[in-house]
Amino acid sequence: MKLYELTAHELHDKLVSKELSSVELTNALYERIGEVEDKVNAYVTLDKENALAQAAKVDAKIAKGESISVLAGIPGGIKDNISTKGLRTTCSSKMLGNFIPIYDAHVIERLRADETIFLGKTNMDEFAMGSTTESSYFGITRNPWNLERVPGGSSGGSAAAIAAGEAIWTLGSDTGGSIRQPASFNGCVGIKPTYGRVSRYGCVAFASSLDQIGPITKDVTDAAIVLNSICGKDEKDATSLPVEVPDFTKALVQDVKGLRIGLPKEYFGEGIDPRVKEQVEKAVKKYEELGAEIVEVSLPHTEYAVITYYIIAPAEASANLARYDGVRYGYRNLEAKSAAEMVTLSRTEGFGAEVRRRIMLGTYVLSSGYYDAYYNKAMKVRTLIRRDFEEAFQKCDLLLTPTSPVVAYPIDGKMDPLSIYMLDVTTIPVNMAGLPGISIPCGFVDGLPVGMQLVGKVLDEATILRAAYTFEQATGYHKVFAPLGGKHND
Amino acid sequence: MKVTADIAKRIADLTKVIIPEAEMDAYLEHYNKVFDYADELQQLDTENVEPTVYILPIYNAFREDVALEGVSQEVALKDAPAVHNGGFKVPRVME
Repeated sequence: MKLYELTAHELHDKLVSKELSSVELTNALYERIGEVEDKVNAYVTLDKENALAQAAKVDAKIAKGESISVLAGIPGGIKDNISTKGLRTTCSSKMLGNFIPIYDAHVIERLRADETIFLGKTNMDEFAMGSTTESSYFGITRNPWNLERVPGGSSGGSAAAIAAGEAIWTLGSDTGGSIRQPASFNGCVGIKPTYGRVSRYGCVAFASSLDQIGPITKDVTDAAIVLNSICGKDEKDATSLPVEVPDFTKALVQDVKGLRIGLPKEYFGEGIDPRVKEQVEKAVKKYEELGAEIVEVSLPHTEYAVITYYIIAPAEASANLARYDGVRYGYRNLEAKSAAEMVTLSRTEGFGAEVRRRIMLGTYVLSSGYYDAYYNKAMKVRTLIRRDFEEAFQKCDLLLTPTSPVVAYPIDGKMDPLSIYMLDVTTIPVNMAGLPGISIPCGFVDGLPVGMQLVGKVLDEATILRAAYTFEQATGYHKVFAPLGGKHND
Repeated sequence: MKVTADIAKRIADLTKVIIPEAEMDAYLEHYNKVFDYADELQQLDTENVEPTVYILPIYNAFREDVALEGVSQEVALKDAPAVHNGGFKVPRVME
């Protein structure tokens, strides 16, 4: 077994028993990055010098016999829309191509307190607007399961890094599925926590009422460990919830007896690849065997979720991205003759096509005359979508769905934007309702991973972690590595 | 509702971006598909439905009114594309 194939909790044991040092581990990860990064392109920026310095500090602590956190000395990658003080944070955009933040995101402060190692910043769709990581200014990321396929997005770099053995854990962000869908396409575990569980301070804002940071890992245990580190109230984010954070590793119990799992019928109908459906239905049978009770439920407004999202998210993005004016930081056109021209040219040249398309759409739905017809209407439909979930949860403890209706698709640019938007139908409603969702691997189609999504009630990450852990331990899909990750699908 | 080139140009102006002439048709096709789809929302009765602004019942988030350390001028100017006399330098504002 190569070091890069191990999980954080396995590596922690090796660090504590002094079988391995953090410096050795960190060097092994950079060596692995050197081997495969030209094929995968999971990273935008690497930070080897600081990573090794931090690893040496952890090693010194272990040598002195001091206790360390589970994530101490364990190398991870950070999505490039999460602010890291002194380390370039680009959002995979030309607009922020040279941006060096002057402060750390709240999650970074927490991870630093746990003495983790940051290998570098991972690639993404520009400003997290996309589902393929193709819109990055720094080149596309390729799927380690098949280099001709997309890794999903927008946290494609974070998921591909895990699948290719280029990080032990990573952080992503999820506005409409951007953690869960790439986790699904890369055979990883990915969690979008309840809205408000994790501070958004320092996560470059896309759609503020939907954005949430979460982990992408190799197994459910590591996801719980990273979640433990990053969750909690933060005064700098007014939407951060003032609630107690449980120890999520306590939820890792192998038992689903009596748990009521709801299958929303709308998620298993038209539009889902029948081969994906077959794998997810196999997972449902497994849960039945393990003692869970399966109930059919309905989320009747599902068909309206995608368009509702594509009104609300661009509206919020158009306001959030108004700050990029070329004045204080970011890209500036230096030829402009007036301040007004400078702003327009800087934004036109600094943003890619999809970002411009979305912020204009957002400006339109917020403009006088269209606000009520589109934006306000969408905000009301959002309420209907939220109520669907509340009603479904009267009949069950959690929901089970495919994470995506498809497996990773070819990198060929043949799909039009609207068709790609439609594929997010399984993940978007969860953000609209602010609920926690996890994607875990549950099978393969043509050698490509299939993910299933478990959705919990508000603040009930524990139940979905428990159900995910039970399935994982009973099946072992998490132990199958991408061809590029070393071991072949057997 | 049909998005025309004139409407798209007005919106681009409000957004402070320029739509390249060569891309205009593609933009219009995309927007018209999106709005055809968005018009389906009108079928839903939302007469007595409150909009969801925040998912969870939290209201005002206050902290104690104590002074915290701010950002120094030097640090604030660190990422600026152009600086003059300790301020952000931009081209002429008055035309």
